[in-house]
Amino acid sequence: MLKYKWWQPLLYLTPMGLVLLFVYGYPLVRVFDFSMRRIRGASGPFIGFDNFRFVLRNPVFHDAVRHNLFFMIGVPVLVLLALIFSSLLFEQPRGWKFYRFSLFLPYILAVPVVGFVFSYLLTLNGALNGILRFLGLDFLALDWLGSPKIALKSVLAIIIWKEMGFGIVLFFARLMSVSEEIYDAAKIDGANWWQTLWYITIPQLKVVIEFFAIITIINLLSWVFAYVYVISKGGPGTSTQVIELWIYNKVAHGAPNPGMGAAASVILFLVTMVLIFTLLRLRLRVGDEE
Amino acid sequence: MNQGEKRRAARIGQPAQRLVKQALLVLITLIALYPVYWMVVTAFKSQPDYLFNKYGFPHSFHLENFIKAMRSGRFIRWFLNSIIITTGATFATTVIASFAAFAFSKMPFKGSNTILNFVISLMVIPPVVMIVPLFILYAQLKMSSTYHGIIILYTGLTIPFSVYLLTNFFKTVPHDIVESALIDGCSPFGIMLRIYIPLSAPALVTLIIVNALWMWNELLLALVFLPKDEMRTLMVGITAFRSKLNLDIPVTMAGLFLTTLPMVVLYIIFQRFFIRGLTAGATKG
Repeated sequence: MLKYKWWQPLLYLTPMGLVLLFVYGYPLVRVFDFSMRRIRGASGPFIGFDNFRFVLRNPVFHDAVRHNLFFMIGVPVLVLLALIFSSLLFEQPRGWKFYRFSLFLPYILAVPVVGFVFSYLLTLNGALNGILRFLGLDFLALDWLGSPKIALKSVLAIIIWKEMGFGIVLFFARLMSVSEEIYDAAKIDGANWWQTLWYITIPQLKVVIEFFAIITIINLLSWVFAYVYVISKGGPGTSTQVIELWIYNKVAHGAPNPGMGAAASVILFLVTMVLIFTLLRLRLRVGDEE
Repeated sequence: MNQGEKRRAARIGQPAQRLVKQALLVLITLIALYPVYWMVVTAFKSQPDYLFNKYGFPHSFHLENFIKAMRSGRFIRWFLNSIIITTGATFATTVIASFAAFAFSKMPFKGSNTILNFVISLMVIPPVVMIVPLFILYAQLKMSSTYHGIIILYTGLTIPFSVYLLTNFFKTVPHDIVESALIDGCSPFGIMLRIYIPLSAPALVTLIIVNALWMWNELLLALVFLPKDEMRTLMVGITAFRSKLNLDIPVTMAGLFLTTLPMVVLYIIFQRFFIRGLTAGATKG
């Protein structure tokens, strides 16, 4: 075994510890403190839970929360798409390497770039409507990002477009490590494509599906700022407002109010933590049963 | 027959079914590629060509769009900023995480596993939660719009994932290799530097790529902590493009093309590392 003095590992951990204290430790403690103060400049008087009351009564914040919740529709959609296309890829048809390369490409593109390109493709005279009109589907040629009724759905579609490749490649990697014999056995038993998917592929992918679902939930709750900022800045009106953008606006633009921003941050932090713990507990329980 | 051929032979099914499956894959691939194709093609069009031929192939290639894009705003300065910040923070994360991962995997002590789990769990905290206090702190410390200010943030935010990936990798290095070095009287630092780091080259490349990709593409923190125009990163810079160049779409697309180019080139060369790194953490399940 490696010989070392008791203080050596601590020395190796010190740089990490210092950076993490600065980037996570200090802000996480301070955000709770700030959330109970009326911040002017660097700090301010203690006001109890007033900030939380203001935040929870703020109609724009309500919209933001509702929109983040609406995005959760993306979770089953992404899981389903990843499931279907990873199992199609898994059969390794002609050109599967090219398909994999292409399907993963959107995932590595920068969100601002993606948002930009789509905001041109989805205008009233953009490419999407051009294609729809060409196909004789004029009634479907809508103002995808300009109309408050559909802007949020369009933003979600763009998010799905970009995140889809991650799920496909993730599921595909897991499938490649599944033993051949299981599939051979199914083949001998005369299982059709759907039966194979339902009775073999999905159970084999269970853990990865769960992981992907958790990651996607966290992302859709707290990692969509760049999309909204670039595509719509929360508009038209408040139709694509999200929690992150609301917090951002409380420090950077418009009417700064760091105290309220901090209160909203605390709420987001607690919700994320509760979500993750519930999911982990759920996962442990499922693991015990097996 | 190798694995792939066997798989294909075993599960490909009837010709009609095969056709439907291929068609589905072609369709989804077209959907995935079309926006990228449109961006690239538009970047080479002249303004009139674009107006009359929005979706087709360019009639002639116009490289001046790229020159115009580079001249608008402070494109080159932003590009350099992105390179400086991404390189600096990637380097810092890699070094700091290597030391920590070595301690976690090869020098365990009472409570080291608890610390490791705690560090890994930081991965799920949304960065937006830290923004308000850091914004106020940066104003006080005058760290806003500085390279070191943003580099510390990027380093800290990528450490949990980096430590997780490297610790797992170091644990898989067989102990026999270390024995000979121990006989030669190597210190822990020597063993890390001469054995673990070289052996971990593939893991380190993966890690560097994933972190660099994240930093290059990051928007929220760059927007909040680099407000001065000359300190912006490329990602923040191009969002300002929109208002200035709204009408000249080919030039805008040329700018976006240049912005994406470094990462797409890396992806084409190191596809394997990208996929491995970005899916790390789930494939073990």
